[in-house]
Amino acid sequence: MNRSVPVVCEEVSLAALPLRQKARITGFDLPSDQCARLLEMGLTTGAQIRSIRLAPLGDPLEIEIRGYRLSLRKREAEGIRVARV
Amino acid sequence: MKSHSPARASHRPGKSAALKPEEIARSVRHIAIAGNPNCGKSTIFNALTGLRQRVGNYSGVTVEHKVGRFYGAHGEPMSMVDLPGHYSLQVRSPDEAVARDVLLGRRPEEPRPDTVIAVVDASNLERNLYLLAQILDLGLPTIVALNMVDMAEQNGIALDIPALAEELGVPVIPVVATRGTGLVELKQAVSRPLALPSRRPPMPESIEREARKIAALLSVRQEVAFPESLLLLTLSDQALDDLAEHKPAVVEAVVAAQQRLREEQLDPLCALVEARYQWIDQICQRVMRRAQTGLSFSDRLDRVLTHKIWGLVVFLCAMAFMFFCIFSLAQAPMRWIDEAAHGASQWVAAHLPASNFRDLLAEGAIPGVSGVTVFLPQILILYFFLGLLEDSGYMARAAFMMDRIMSAVGLHGKSFIPLLSSFGCAVPGIMAARTVENRKDRLVTILIAPLMTCPARLPVYTLMIAVLLPTASALAKAGILLSLYLGAIAMAALLAWIFKKTLFKTEKSMLLLELPPYRMPSLRSTALRMAERAWTFVKRAGTVILALSILLWALVSFPKLPAEAKVSKADAIAQSYAGQMGHWLEPAIAPLGYDWKIGIGLVSSFAAREVFVGTMAIVYNVEGEEENTLRETMSAETRADGTPVFTPLVCVSLLVFYMLAMQCISTIVVVRRETNSWRWPLLQLALLTCLAWSAAFAVFQGGRFFGFH
Repeated sequence: MNRSVPVVCEEVSLAALPLRQKARITGFDLPSDQCARLLEMGLTTGAQIRSIRLAPLGDPLEIEIRGYRLSLRKREAEGIRVARV
Repeated sequence: MKSHSPARASHRPGKSAALKPEEIARSVRHIAIAGNPNCGKSTIFNALTGLRQRVGNYSGVTVEHKVGRFYGAHGEPMSMVDLPGHYSLQVRSPDEAVARDVLLGRRPEEPRPDTVIAVVDASNLERNLYLLAQILDLGLPTIVALNMVDMAEQNGIALDIPALAEELGVPVIPVVATRGTGLVELKQAVSRPLALPSRRPPMPESIEREARKIAALLSVRQEVAFPESLLLLTLSDQALDDLAEHKPAVVEAVVAAQQRLREEQLDPLCALVEARYQWIDQICQRVMRRAQTGLSFSDRLDRVLTHKIWGLVVFLCAMAFMFFCIFSLAQAPMRWIDEAAHGASQWVAAHLPASNFRDLLAEGAIPGVSGVTVFLPQILILYFFLGLLEDSGYMARAAFMMDRIMSAVGLHGKSFIPLLSSFGCAVPGIMAARTVENRKDRLVTILIAPLMTCPARLPVYTLMIAVLLPTASALAKAGILLSLYLGAIAMAALLAWIFKKTLFKTEKSMLLLELPPYRMPSLRSTALRMAERAWTFVKRAGTVILALSILLWALVSFPKLPAEAKVSKADAIAQSYAGQMGHWLEPAIAPLGYDWKIGIGLVSSFAAREVFVGTMAIVYNVEGEEENTLRETMSAETRADGTPVFTPLVCVSLLVFYMLAMQCISTIVVVRRETNSWRWPLLQLALLTCLAWSAAFAVFQGGRFFGFH
């Protein structure tokens, strides 16, 4: 699934990506129902993504995708593979 | 223009009288308004329909059915249904199921709409177009209300609207719903003859082929066969298993089609989503220009409002202010209601001849009505704040900040505010649980809400602590009070965790919370919502609460002893049904250390917990509710064998019982109203009563075992 986008840089999980660093989604390591929900919210492979900040207590994470802000927990963010651009 | 002549006919005075109701229903154009959460859908709905709204429930689910009436550009009446906000037609919650079912004409209470107004947030175009892509596949005449065009402009987004309309193949009307801009144009568009979208979003060829095959097997109306089959094709295996409404042949065909697609390396849903987003990317490349802007207003605000330290400080202050307002502002009107009811009762008692009817009015009905209205000030003020928090976008930040704490027990950040409100009163708190979108999280929140200690417990706590430790310092008493609060919270956390592990095990909880940009809240929407909530409370819950409080009054007042017997109130209550129930209850509550008199208190305090104190005063024949005399009488009270009734262990056992028990009719009724079934409130009542009983049992018997008394 992740072959559809040329890997520019080494893949990391979204949770491991430094804050405010732009990246592209390359694939998912998540159960298919969660994966589908993320896709529907616009987190498709190839889409540009950026993590903005952590909540005051360290979790969840605020991300920017397709021009809007979404928050998800680190546990799910660990299952989203991204490559820096 | 021919197409709306039937609609006009019903409006012409002479003719409309001759039309039967069902003909009128047919001649009125039915419109559904659909869109993502936070896209301003409800603002448009409210702006068009105003107060001509009717709120009900869809049968069998706890989803609000909101219908309004308005007049089109030529004065023709139209009916509009406000669908729950949703991100997708792929169903994961009852709200989404309702939205999908209405659009496919599957709900019995709503005809299939003639037109869909799809509200699209211009400042968040890409994701909003995803739902639109699904709506366009439904084959219904569609009009796009492109809302918040001003916001998009501010954010440096330039949109070519004619090009967007051309790409989408449907009319696109720019709107700023909060200011009312574009609503006239929207009405004109709705009044025009119906036209199907001139284009359909592309989809992978093999998916379209398989969907057509399934559509041929479906026994539904032809125009919905293709969208139905598309939804079937994208169901997960698990969801397919519980598809009872379709013939086995259909399910088999779907499974086979999914199998064939997987052999082509295509997951039907993922492939479809990706194809739609590719289509969206193409459109946006043509119609949208995003200028590089600096940090947005929202972003600058969020630097403070979700800051590690300041974010929490501001949040705590905001919550403290909100509850301060709820308590202090509600106090005066609550007192007025109380005094008015008291005055009315006294007037009735003084001016009507002595009869059961007079007592029913003075002691049952009037206090019952005041018992319902007394909640209104709190509900109104709470909903005012909840409205501001929701509309401004701060609610999402509150959930974002509190999610860590709530997720520890398997809940969602949005459960925080309803639970916090329940410390004020479980009734508005449970009503506030509507802001939790996920049904299972909402249910768990509602189930544990009564464990948040409400002020109605305080009179009971104060009395029992005073009986327990008459000479203790205020600090020691405060310490006991605090441990009662904390004990209840700990129990709530434990219950929530158990619920999530057992009852709601299947739900894999996942946080996907949109953080919409901050916006100026609309007072009009907030006021409408306050009025609607208050009215629903009075209509749905109020009547039942009133009936039950009259029943409780009857329990403590009947059967009456003959008037000439000159009995004291204490003897009267002992003879009443409640007194008899106290006796029946005795075997059940004796292991907790209670006698039948305490049993009467337990029964009567179902009206509200604080009634326990008043009942005790009557049972022990204490005139007035002077706390000290009641305390002394209770401390001096002995059993037949001369031992005191209220030993320290009994007091602690009672405190623990009231900490956990669901002794409140209003809460039970509101849970019934909010979950739309008696199953949940009764389960909750049974569960919390068992819990309270077991804990009190453990305290009393355990204490005795270790030699306390």
